[in-house]
Amino acid sequence: MRQPLLALLAKEPAHGYELKLALEQTFGQAYPSPNIGQIYVTLKRLEQDGLVRSQDVAQDSRPNKKVYELTTAGRTELAAWVEEPIEGPRVRDEFFMKLILAPMAGLADRMEFINSQRRHYFGIMRNLMDMQESLNQATPAARLLVEGAMLHLQADLDWLERCQEELV
Amino acid sequence: MSTSPSPELLRVRDLVKVYASGGLRVEAIRGADLGVGVGEFVAIMGPSGSGKSTLLHLLGGLEPATRGEIWLRGRRVDGLSASAWAVLRRRHVGFVFQFFNLLSTMTVADNIELPALLAGATPRQARKRRVELLEELGITAKANAAPSRLSGGEQQRVALARALANEPSLLLVDEPTGNLDSASARDVLRLLHRAHAAGQTIVMVTHDAKVAGLADRVISLYDGRIADDAAIVPAPREQPLKDFLELRGLVP
Repeated sequence: MRQPLLALLAKEPAHGYELKLALEQTFGQAYPSPNIGQIYVTLKRLEQDGLVRSQDVAQDSRPNKKVYELTTAGRTELAAWVEEPIEGPRVRDEFFMKLILAPMAGLADRMEFINSQRRHYFGIMRNLMDMQESLNQATPAARLLVEGAMLHLQADLDWLERCQEELV
Repeated sequence: MSTSPSPELLRVRDLVKVYASGGLRVEAIRGADLGVGVGEFVAIMGPSGSGKSTLLHLLGGLEPATRGEIWLRGRRVDGLSASAWAVLRRRHVGFVFQFFNLLSTMTVADNIELPALLAGATPRQARKRRVELLEELGITAKANAAPSRLSGGEQQRVALARALANEPSLLLVDEPTGNLDSASARDVLRLLHRAHAAGQTIVMVTHDAKVAGLADRVISLYDGRIADDAAIVPAPREQPLKDFLELRGLVP
């Protein structure tokens, strides 16, 4: 949750509820709606870590709201997140978060992004192939595990291609 | 862009292919630039319709480019006539296709000897080379069979033998495993890998990442353009299976 919030704040300062709405609008119904409490807790931690700062803004007839903005340290952390390729098959697809959010904040070009992730996947594919080669005499279980990992990687690459077709 | 490891065998500059028929104009290749070094193994990937096969056909002179330059072994070849291309291919370019394209009325042995004979080898030389290749590719027993009696994997091995018969400078391969079961695919890939290890320059079109993983370099085509061209660099990881094991809940 940390980096997606930083990415949204890189676009413009916002308060907690606006961030929740922005996440929902960006990812739509397929994405589990973030819990507002979780967002506030994350923002508080980000502030403690010096990655965002907040300002109380007075509202008519309502309590003040906290508007958050990115600090320089936050921007650096976000840039590091954007640049780092994501490892192979994942449970939570962090790469997808980056792909959608980073260009929105003007942080990266989608094509470069897809290319860098693709290169990374091919690197892993090579590792798996080397492993497969060395496993020639191994048990079926070992071979099947490597093959399963390869098939997942193939699916990741296919999905990357679909993202490229739709988004670039 | 990656750098070629050795002298350039192939250089392509601003290559364009436009298909025009009945007022319909399709730009299949929109300005490709690439180089292939001697001994390099390059995979071309991309979605269906991105221009992969078209690019390969242009490189081998099976279709003329609309414009742009192709240099092979330091010689400009894009303007060659179809017959001049045919002569050039005999000596310098081998082709392997997805559907094997063997001559069905000839035996396996004759299919492999034919290119050498066409290139001017004596029957004795052609036979010697054929025997070597069949041996190397593990299909000696099938020498006198008709191609139709062979399995897909065996036919593709014969096709590979035929393509290698004249020790071509450049081997062009189009979806070599697209029509094969996984065991046969593995065999064909092992043979390609071995040819590459022996110094063969290969440019191969594939949609299969496992196949592309054999290459030194991957060119990603998208919509007729080269979207990326980069060497495959093994990821610096201690355990390449880690993510998969985690995903499957198999972490010890």
